[in-house]
Amino acid sequence: MSDLNTQRRQFLKTTLGAAAVAIAPGMLLFDVAHGNPQAAASGKVRWGMLVDINQCKDGCNDCVTACNKENGLSGGTKSTDPQWIRKISIKDVSTGHEQSLPMMCQHCEHPPCVDVCPTQASFKRADGIVLVDRHRCIGCRYCMMACPYKARSFVHEPLENQNPDVPRGKGTVEACNMCVLRIDNGLQPACVEGCQNKAILFGDLNDANSEIAKKIQSVASVQVRADLQLNTGIRYQGL
Amino acid sequence: MADLSALRFKNQMFYVLLAAGGLVVMAGLFAVYMMESHGHIITGMNNQIVWGLPHVFAIFLIVAASGVLNVASIGSVFGKSIYKARAPLAGLLSLAMLGGGLAVLMLDLGRPDRFIVAATNYNITSVFAWNIVLYTGMFSLVLIYIWTMMEQRMNGWTKPAGFAVFAWRFILTTGTGLIFAFLIARQAYGSAILPPMFIVLSFAWGFAVFHIVQSVIYAWNDKTLDPEIMRSKKNLLGVFVIGALYLVAVYHMTNLYFSHKTGFENFILLDGGIFPNLFWWGYVVLGNLVPLALIYVPGLGKGKCVFMASSLIVLGGFALLYVFIIGGQAYPLDIFPGYEVSSTFADGQITEYHPSIYEFLLGFAGLAIAFLITTVSVRILNFMPKDKPYIAD
Repeated sequence: MSDLNTQRRQFLKTTLGAAAVAIAPGMLLFDVAHGNPQAAASGKVRWGMLVDINQCKDGCNDCVTACNKENGLSGGTKSTDPQWIRKISIKDVSTGHEQSLPMMCQHCEHPPCVDVCPTQASFKRADGIVLVDRHRCIGCRYCMMACPYKARSFVHEPLENQNPDVPRGKGTVEACNMCVLRIDNGLQPACVEGCQNKAILFGDLNDANSEIAKKIQSVASVQVRADLQLNTGIRYQGL
Repeated sequence: MADLSALRFKNQMFYVLLAAGGLVVMAGLFAVYMMESHGHIITGMNNQIVWGLPHVFAIFLIVAASGVLNVASIGSVFGKSIYKARAPLAGLLSLAMLGGGLAVLMLDLGRPDRFIVAATNYNITSVFAWNIVLYTGMFSLVLIYIWTMMEQRMNGWTKPAGFAVFAWRFILTTGTGLIFAFLIARQAYGSAILPPMFIVLSFAWGFAVFHIVQSVIYAWNDKTLDPEIMRSKKNLLGVFVIGALYLVAVYHMTNLYFSHKTGFENFILLDGGIFPNLFWWGYVVLGNLVPLALIYVPGLGKGKCVFMASSLIVLGGFALLYVFIIGGQAYPLDIFPGYEVSSTFADGQITEYHPSIYEFLLGFAGLAIAFLITTVSVRILNFMPKDKPYIAD
């Protein structure tokens, strides 16, 4: 009887040991994949940008070039080429006053693209960055129809030489992701860094002590199509 | 013996039709394969015109699929016997067109292989996601409805099933209209009149498709439609066409009233090249005025005239949807009201769209799927309307 008990205990020990050996690497990889939970996006933060149009020079394309380089975009401007950020020249019809500004995903608080996406591939991170989950996007392009800023592009052809940090995929929709990986690593978005005229200020709109929050309090800034009440994360000064 | 040879000819003809329909479907699948391997670069669609010709075909089929059930509803809900006799055929056509339309919509996706993702990740704020439920629900309800009509033991359930279908198809076409009505920023869309407009358009298009199919089935079986039934049906078709034209007119009139939309209306109605031509000549004249004349002018309104009218209504429907879907995107999105704009991303510019052969192949494959489902079903099951001598209800 006692012999049987010993055998049983031995069996249980071996099984538990084998199970632990089998699960441990998986647990370790899970931890690596999901990182430190403290580093997850925080709802207390609202990342945003303030673009000073008076500093933005007509003909300068530095922000676009920096974005293309960072995200592995071709830089082509055919009607089928993705453009995450573009320079728009605007001319007031009544006064003739001309300006130039960068236009990209406005990272709305109430993004129409997220509302209409059937699969929740378009989503807003807790810190206000609007993203597309490329594994979930079915390529229906409804978000492109819904975006008031025409900020999204569809990948029309197979891609080569991708930036491994920014994977993209044929048949899915993509847009400015505010260089989310750079932000998570404590860096500024590529367009902000690439702008030689320092026209784009990046920071936490919710932090009253941040430079961007202070500036938004002290200068007049507007949201594009503010009438739609989407509360964009990108503001423009001098428009 | 003469009869027998005619029968043999029809038998062969049936298989020829099946083969023809099958070939068109195969060509469509080839287009899908090409679009999947090369990407949408081989279509005429781009980052401005994101929904193209396949969507024109798909939306026509889906809207008509809902409208054709009107024939059934008038029978089951309002108790009109000549329509009751046609309810099974109407249900079949609805299933066939829904199948064709959804196939086109699905196969045009950038990633149609992720069908299961669409089925398992559900965003309750998305009208597209609602439509997935509405379409599958409609499919099931219409199947049950047909079953209650064709299985004698289930006949008692026909009325409740008919009511359910009646309610469901209204909600379904509302959902189709809402796809566009919820697009707040676009001048062409974002209007509450779109769902009712789509509902009335569905009546006209569904009725027209029904009449075309019914005429072909009667001719195939060497039958003639009772002139009284024809008179009743063509008058109703005329009323639906007038109703749809009225709502389309109201849609454009309200747009014209808003000053920020007049630029778009000028583009669609006056100076937008192909779009005003398609709207006025394709939709208004060929799709409405000529059919109304064929239906109502004394001396006309007979079998061939109504067949011709129905065919023109269908073509007019395609013209209207092309103007609505493609024209609505070709006109630049107004991001900076009051400013002239230009950029490398076609801001402030009218976008050109030239549909490629692959889009045509995919669209026609949707029609062919509907054709095959109808042809096979009519052959193997009894969908022929069984009319009693006509007595007005």
